[in-house]
Amino acid sequence: MTRADETIRALAEVCGTDAVRTAGEGDTVGGSQPRWVARPEGTRGLAALMRVCHERELTVVARGEGTKLEWGRPPATVDVLVDTGRLAGVQEHFVEDLVATVGAGTPLRAVQAALARHGQRVAIDPGTAAATVGGILSTGEAGPLRLGYGPPRDLLIGVEFVRADGTVARSGGRVVKNVAGYDIGKLLCGSYGTLALIASATFKLHPLPVAVSYVTRAVRSPMEAHELLQELIDSPVTPAAIEIDLPNPGGGTRRATAGARREPGGTLAVLLEGSESGVTARAEQTRRLLGGDTAAAPEPPPWWGHYPFGQGDVALKLAAPVADLYAAMYALHDAFGGTVPIRGSVGVGVCYVGLPVAGPRSGALSGARVPTSQAARQAAQVTEVLDAVRTILLARGGTCVVLDAPAAVRDRLDMWGPVEGLDLMRAVKAQFDPDRRLAPGRFVGGI
Amino acid sequence: MSTALAQLSGFLKAALGDQAVVTDPAVLRTYECDGLTAYRAVPGVVLLPANAGEVQQCVRACRRYDVPFVARGSGTGLSGGAMPSTEGALIVTAKLNRILDIDAGNRRAIVEPGVFNAAISQAVAPQGLYYAPDPSSQQICSIGGNVAENSGGAHCLKYGFTVHHVTGLEICTPDGDLVTVGAGKAAEAPGYDLTGVFIGSEGTLGIATKIYVRLLRKPESVVTVLAAFDDLASAGASVAAIVAAGLTPAAAEIMDALAISAAEKAVDCRYPAGAGAVLVVEVDGPAAEVAAEHVAIEQICHDNGAFEIRRAADAAERAALWRGRKSAFAAVGRISPDYIVQDGVVPRTALAQVLAEIEELASRHGIRVANVFHAGDGNLHPLVLYNADEPGALESAEQVSGAILDLCIAHGGSITGEHGVGVEKAPHMAHMFGADDLQTMQLVRCAFDPGGRANPGKVFPTPRLCGEPRGRRQAIDAPVDPDRDPVVW
Repeated sequence: MTRADETIRALAEVCGTDAVRTAGEGDTVGGSQPRWVARPEGTRGLAALMRVCHERELTVVARGEGTKLEWGRPPATVDVLVDTGRLAGVQEHFVEDLVATVGAGTPLRAVQAALARHGQRVAIDPGTAAATVGGILSTGEAGPLRLGYGPPRDLLIGVEFVRADGTVARSGGRVVKNVAGYDIGKLLCGSYGTLALIASATFKLHPLPVAVSYVTRAVRSPMEAHELLQELIDSPVTPAAIEIDLPNPGGGTRRATAGARREPGGTLAVLLEGSESGVTARAEQTRRLLGGDTAAAPEPPPWWGHYPFGQGDVALKLAAPVADLYAAMYALHDAFGGTVPIRGSVGVGVCYVGLPVAGPRSGALSGARVPTSQAARQAAQVTEVLDAVRTILLARGGTCVVLDAPAAVRDRLDMWGPVEGLDLMRAVKAQFDPDRRLAPGRFVGGI
Repeated sequence: MSTALAQLSGFLKAALGDQAVVTDPAVLRTYECDGLTAYRAVPGVVLLPANAGEVQQCVRACRRYDVPFVARGSGTGLSGGAMPSTEGALIVTAKLNRILDIDAGNRRAIVEPGVFNAAISQAVAPQGLYYAPDPSSQQICSIGGNVAENSGGAHCLKYGFTVHHVTGLEICTPDGDLVTVGAGKAAEAPGYDLTGVFIGSEGTLGIATKIYVRLLRKPESVVTVLAAFDDLASAGASVAAIVAAGLTPAAAEIMDALAISAAEKAVDCRYPAGAGAVLVVEVDGPAAEVAAEHVAIEQICHDNGAFEIRRAADAAERAALWRGRKSAFAAVGRISPDYIVQDGVVPRTALAQVLAEIEELASRHGIRVANVFHAGDGNLHPLVLYNADEPGALESAEQVSGAILDLCIAHGGSITGEHGVGVEKAPHMAHMFGADDLQTMQLVRCAFDPGGRANPGKVFPTPRLCGEPRGRRQAIDAPVDPDRDPVVW
């Protein structure tokens, strides 16, 4: 029996023969080809699997629905891709306590459907609609509601996880107020699976709002949006979300770009949640405040909560102090030299950008299978844009992260940019995963 | 004084000046405890750095002479987290009391750790802003201490705790490096959330030297309602109904008859006569929402048997309604010479059951327990009353107090909602968490503090060695034998 046969048998022993297979081309993680895919059942199954991986020195990456598997740097190696499909389900829902525990492999929309039957929700609304709870937490993905309710880390009150050596541990609990011990859940949020594998998560829930209103206002430029945003946050209307969609932020640029003046088509959208009468009154108040071309509707605009990037784009996330984000938008536009769609949660100073792989300066190119020299040129262009935006953001205390990019380009990019506190992060990693078996190289600083 | 301490003191006197190094035994004694006065130890030396650079010098000196250190802000903590070690240094951050930056446009302030919690709100009030976490000691507690304890307050039901309002830190690691972590004035930054895990680590991961705090706009409208009930159960049922109705009050606080009687004696708060329990509920936010919410809340209280409902519409009336509640802890001194302030959490739905069990427990031990609690989030503060002059009374009180924590754990709750584990509850950690959970937390400890010098003996029940220490191997925990004199408040 070959060593590979032995390994697959050992994996099958803890997961079941139906739950282990040799990985195929469709299982790659950012271009890294896994050798096996295993589907452990429940926390115990996951722990048993991780013990096998530990004994056999196998590297591990977790996969939920795979919506963000391409995010982050490609792991140096992946021996076992852990499919979290059998870590799924709403395990406990304490309806009157507004608390629920769900398996990491549960798609968020399944969680929301189960909670909605009791008039509740977990106030998490990421841009990847099919995502699982584990994937959302591991990437720190947050949607429009983060303004009103905080990002997912603020709603996570307890977590159960399995460490690289198969140890099962938990922190927090199932009460909303709790300061006993270190909050390991905070560390796991946004860690890209490099510290431990989340088995289940316990969330603080909220009642579904009685009434909602989406107030939209046409905007022509980042500057105009910025000014309206300042008005909004200085007002008492208290939105649950403030989002922007700028399909063409160059349209009304403060610096006239020759030949680039186009129709504006941008939108600032404000979500109000509350009682029927309260929301009606606040929507009116918001419209008066924003002036200009406004509308109020019970449904979100079609772009709401969707990322502006698609396949083949370089997907960026910008985070800046709320009053400084517009400056980064201009820097981006100027560096890129053309139209870049921007969308995101301006109310908290976060926006997403879909950078076409090739800028307008060199003509349009598809992202797939580009020749090496071409990829190098494209990467150089993207790097130029990143440098310009990061320089502006660094001075203002913000960051620009590449979430995803076509493989050939991604390998040549600094995806994370400068990160403070790397030595401490490496020390944490060394304690949790001394042999570097969990998604090695996927995270900041080569972690 | 040990040789190491003497060397440390001499070294830092030369580096920082005599005024920054306290060795006078009489002065040292004033630092022997924090707000949990039953646990005392005279510090080996007290260090008074004036800025982040001096904090770093102190911590580096501790490393050089291998002396453990405890950080202390204002010393208002209630779990002994800042109880010193006789063989160690106490690093007091009181002199780091500058507000470094107020950035109203970005809704952030940058402050030093010794700044008082309330001072931030006072400083930004002209811009119509405030800092949300409001522990009851907010007039004198330091923001650095809030970071260490992840402090809450009456309004955390709606607004959350320190960890939701601090977006970045500069910390001095136990090895003496000044490191900036977190997102600063932005909402997020790539990398592990070191800020999130540092907040609430009770001084075991280092000392915060610079703190980025989120500022909120003051709510347009605030309405406070006080409802009087015949019994605790009806008051508790009202809170459950309020939350179930989808209302999120900023605060929902309950006092029982014993706590009310203490408050009446202390501050003459004139709560409705004959009440078995009072509920104080505050709603805030846009005027258009608050107007509907307080009407709904009053209706719910009425439906649950409230025999009197008062509503405050302005600041003066609001202060009158809060008067009894805010004075409750101290007021208990009027009805008992000694008492233990307990802090436990249970799921909101278990409140009635747990309160009944506490009552049963108390009567079995012949002990009185007054109840004041944050009903909205299930955070109990039972005040266990006793007379230290009676032989065995302290032991009985501690037994009841400890049993209350076991009740909280049994009902799926926590041993602390906001006061922290500190020295007092470290043994209870092993009841709430398994060995693997605690060992995992130690991994974080070892990453930040491989030498085991930052606040040893706190939070965790058992000592542990860190893997691959940078220096020689040593235990994380120095043995601590607290002098446990009961103290009259």
